[in-house]
Amino acid sequence: MTDIITESGRPETTTTAPPRPAAAVTRFLRRLPLRIVIAFVLIIEIYPLFWTLQSSFKTQAQFLSDPFWKLPTTLEFSNYVDAFTTGQMGQYIQNSVLTVFPSLALIILFGVAAGFALEVMVWKGRGTVLLIFLAGIMIPGQMILLPLFTIYFQTQLTGTLWPLIITYTATGMPLTVFMMATYFRAIPREIFEASTLDGASIFRSFWSVGFPMVRNAVFTVALVQFFFLWNDLLIALTFTNSQSLQTIQVGLLNFTGNYGQVAYGPLFAAICVSVFGTLIIYLILNQRVMKGLTAGSVKG
Amino acid sequence: MKSVLGDKRAIVILVGPALLVYSLVILVPIFWSLGYTFFNGSIVTGFTFAGFDNFVKFALDPAAWKAFGFTIKYAVVLTVGQVVLGYLFALLYQFWLRKGSATIRTLVFFPVVLPTVAVALLFQKFFESAPQTGPVNGLLNAFGIASVDWFGHADSAFWVIVIMDIWRSMGFYAVLLYAGLVDIPDDIIESARIDGASGWRLVRSIVIPLSLPVLLSSVIFSINGTIKVFDSVLALTNGGPGNATTPLTLYMYQTAFTYGDYGYGSTIAFMLTLLCLVVTIFIFRSTRRDLTKG
Repeated sequence: MTDIITESGRPETTTTAPPRPAAAVTRFLRRLPLRIVIAFVLIIEIYPLFWTLQSSFKTQAQFLSDPFWKLPTTLEFSNYVDAFTTGQMGQYIQNSVLTVFPSLALIILFGVAAGFALEVMVWKGRGTVLLIFLAGIMIPGQMILLPLFTIYFQTQLTGTLWPLIITYTATGMPLTVFMMATYFRAIPREIFEASTLDGASIFRSFWSVGFPMVRNAVFTVALVQFFFLWNDLLIALTFTNSQSLQTIQVGLLNFTGNYGQVAYGPLFAAICVSVFGTLIIYLILNQRVMKGLTAGSVKG
Repeated sequence: MKSVLGDKRAIVILVGPALLVYSLVILVPIFWSLGYTFFNGSIVTGFTFAGFDNFVKFALDPAAWKAFGFTIKYAVVLTVGQVVLGYLFALLYQFWLRKGSATIRTLVFFPVVLPTVAVALLFQKFFESAPQTGPVNGLLNAFGIASVDWFGHADSAFWVIVIMDIWRSMGFYAVLLYAGLVDIPDDIIESARIDGASGWRLVRSIVIPLSLPVLLSSVIFSINGTIKVFDSVLALTNGGPGNATTPLTLYMYQTAFTYGDYGYGSTIAFMLTLLCLVVTIFIFRSTRRDLTKG
């Protein structure tokens, strides 16, 4: 575990059967810095979440009078009830689900098909088209908001969830096409040539040969896009003009507005609901999420 | 063979939907937005032609330059912070923890997936001074230091944003850079050790030069992302106090949607896009040069 450190030191003598206390102490001291660093990291990463979780069970009076390190004396589950009734968290979660998952399905369907055509099929101008898709990764969202606002207003889509679904589908396209093209590039061309020689049409090659081979990659891309869309604030904030349309992020942002003053308990309960949802997905699929998000890092 | 893999109709069917959605919702609005820069008004008030007035206005607008300055300052500080810390974590994973690093890696990475708004509200309460005394001020009080109004001053508000965003992103850069360290062949490290290099010298003369490409791409990703900072600032400080922590993205949003000035809003958005473009090209070129050398 601590190879650098042990290698620079002298090898330990193993002739005496019981370990000398002095050796044990130096061993302990040698590993001490590492242990301190790890303990420090653990505190930095976990304490804020722990603090939020225990805060969500406190009463308003405890927030204002007790010091921060004091644990709640009672478990106020009513905070959670409050977050869902007065705070309307249920409505926000429903809106998020209703926009994110349809968008996700469209992104995958369009993106995988485009990635396949751009990488496996042979045609003039495919390099240019891929480059056009790539350029979209760099464009900040602010650049497209105003015209889209006008379009949705004129077509009377404002006031529904469609503006979100359409915009999400489009913004997910560059990264998905780019990543899928990369994955299809890794498959030997001979496989598609063979399936064509066996008489498969291009759609059959796509659906029965290509798609199953990138199934894992598709799942990873979907996972990455899920986090981007679920955590989106800019687009959701622009195109949700009424409270009944707000997604979980916008709802949470305006959460305190539903109360006269800051209601700490329900606020922390709402933060917990928002945080622990994505956290559970991460706990189950962490290796995939890490791999996927770092692969999609071009998005910044 | 060629007729199947080059089937025009199939290409249209497969690429068509993606390209259509992408063009209509991203490409067309980009040029449309460029058109807006020459007009004043909004869809409610109607538009009047303004020529280059909006660009002149931008050049003479102190708030715009302040937002520009904030964006640059934030991008530089955050890029240095998250890449350096991420690299330290990556070194920790690779040379100290070795095989046992998976758990820590997973743990340090997790803030990346958390919703920004939730994290921002959490940090708001974490650094709060009144009416509730948050943990940070509580800790200061324990050492006999009076509570600090973190969000009441431009400088402290800036640093809270930086601390929060580094907390959120360092695990991401740690994993990205760790992947680069893993790729360094073991025998190079071994032979350097045999030659007597260890500790800081080993890192400086062997590890850093060999992981330079991945370090540089991290810097590109980081700058490209941090220039577009929006969520964390909006949710944490909403640009305040005053407009002290307002980046270009937020300034554009306020101009366009709070004040309904589409023309000027589009001009700011265009300047932001230009900034992204210039920075990307600039770094991309210098990276390419370095890569050919290494």
